[in-house]
Amino acid sequence: MGLRAEAAILGYYELPPQRKLAREKTFNLEQWARLSKAALDDAGLDATDVDGIVTPLIGEASMFVPSTITEYLGINANFAEIVDLGGAGSAAAVWRAAAAVELGLCETVLVTFPGTHEVPTHERRPFVMEESMFFGASSKAYGSPQAEFEIPYANLGQNGPYGQIAKRYGHEFGYDERAMAKIAVDQRTNACATPDAVFHGKPLTIEDVLASPMVADPLHMLEIVMPCQGGAAVVIGNKDKARKSRNRPVWITGFGERVPYKTPTYARDLMYSPMIHAADQAFTMAGIGRGDVDMVSIYDCYSITVLMSLEDAGFAEKGKGMQFVNEHDLTFRGDFPMNTAGGQLSFGQAGIAGGMHHVIDGARQIMGRAGQAQIADCNRAFVTGNGGIMSEQTALILEGD
Amino acid sequence: MSTTPTAPVFERPMPVPTPLTQPFWDALAEHKVCIQYSPSLGEYIFYPRPLAPRTLADDLEWRDIPGAGTLYTYTITTRPVSPHFASEGPMVLAVVQWDEGPKFSTELINIAHEDIRIGMRVRPVFCDYPDDDITMLRYEPEN
Repeated sequence: MGLRAEAAILGYYELPPQRKLAREKTFNLEQWARLSKAALDDAGLDATDVDGIVTPLIGEASMFVPSTITEYLGINANFAEIVDLGGAGSAAAVWRAAAAVELGLCETVLVTFPGTHEVPTHERRPFVMEESMFFGASSKAYGSPQAEFEIPYANLGQNGPYGQIAKRYGHEFGYDERAMAKIAVDQRTNACATPDAVFHGKPLTIEDVLASPMVADPLHMLEIVMPCQGGAAVVIGNKDKARKSRNRPVWITGFGERVPYKTPTYARDLMYSPMIHAADQAFTMAGIGRGDVDMVSIYDCYSITVLMSLEDAGFAEKGKGMQFVNEHDLTFRGDFPMNTAGGQLSFGQAGIAGGMHHVIDGARQIMGRAGQAQIADCNRAFVTGNGGIMSEQTALILEGD
Repeated sequence: MSTTPTAPVFERPMPVPTPLTQPFWDALAEHKVCIQYSPSLGEYIFYPRPLAPRTLADDLEWRDIPGAGTLYTYTITTRPVSPHFASEGPMVLAVVQWDEGPKFSTELINIAHEDIRIGMRVRPVFCDYPDDDITMLRYEPEN
């Protein structure tokens, strides 16, 4: 079952995230065009090569999104897909693009995720803070289970539910807040070797993390991702395009995905995340083991997401993730390199493009373009995406030749 | 003369029953808890649905349950999760597992934060909101 290593990431572009937008404001559609062009230039491929797209939701269209984009860019797409899986969307879009290439539908697919929310306004089109914006990812539409059973109890947004997950974890397996802080600290070390990271040049200690405000007990502010403005794109192509590309191809050799619920209250067992299935399928498809990967890039909206993903993806024993973190050096110099560009915690989370940071982290290492943070002889990467409240999860295996 | 824009008013969002979920809310109004049970699945389910989750069996029936349970997990909000809850102060966002199995998103009330323990027994508190024609279900310690 699965992919045959015939589709590869051939180029990428990741805008340096900014906590406050210093670039000109542009619409998501304009970002889509410019990010795509930059990724194609990076791959050394022409826009006329593109015959497929995968996109997340964008600000300028609530439906007919893919055709709005193909029209805007002038693409005759054989495959035009929208992915609505939150932070899992980027990894999910990458395997969908790879599948379209392997099925022969497309030769070159753009997977572009605009990540700058601040868009132009006009006196006749002012920014209006709509009530629904405060409900985050929860729907207040009449008939929505979230509107009826979650929002009235303030079970909305992300901080509360992730705090609930971390609390339950501590109850079942014990809790070492220094190990949780070390996740953020090791990633900050990686960010300090990555000039585009928002926290480049700002080292962090475990004490700093534990002294930061408690946001959702037991999670501190510095264990929680920082929203940024940015965006990212990758180009995925077939073997012919790989030969024309100027980069070392990064083959997508395995993937897995699982989407079992929206609200963690309804998880059958909240302590065993969808990543268990996603990672197993990805490794099985690629035909490699956990010990065969040279680096991992784990979706890190919160420290607890990283911890449980390390366990559920099979790198650490269930309930021993904190011990694993304490026993391993997670920096790019270490014995278990993870989130080598800083992760979203320290590189920055550019909205829906945050998940693409992990795809590009893996591709950058395999292409050998990580500069000071480069791992020697990096050929295989394990990448995860996580959407909602650990409720939509995707895993990818990326490999160089 | 300048005009001051009116600050938006964020009222606390209240549940609105649907035709399908009405029996759950009707029971709460009588200070009872009534949820669905699937005989073929052998399980209670929550929230209300037209067909049993997983099997899509068409055999869901409404059954009263005592409403008691244990605290599955919680977190304490140190800042409002949205402006709608700004006047609430710190809230204990809780998940309660009923003795019959399903879990329920709720708030834990009438307890000092330092006394909260996962696994503790909790009992229903029926909170009537006549203006909204709704009763909400919160929880407090059993003892």
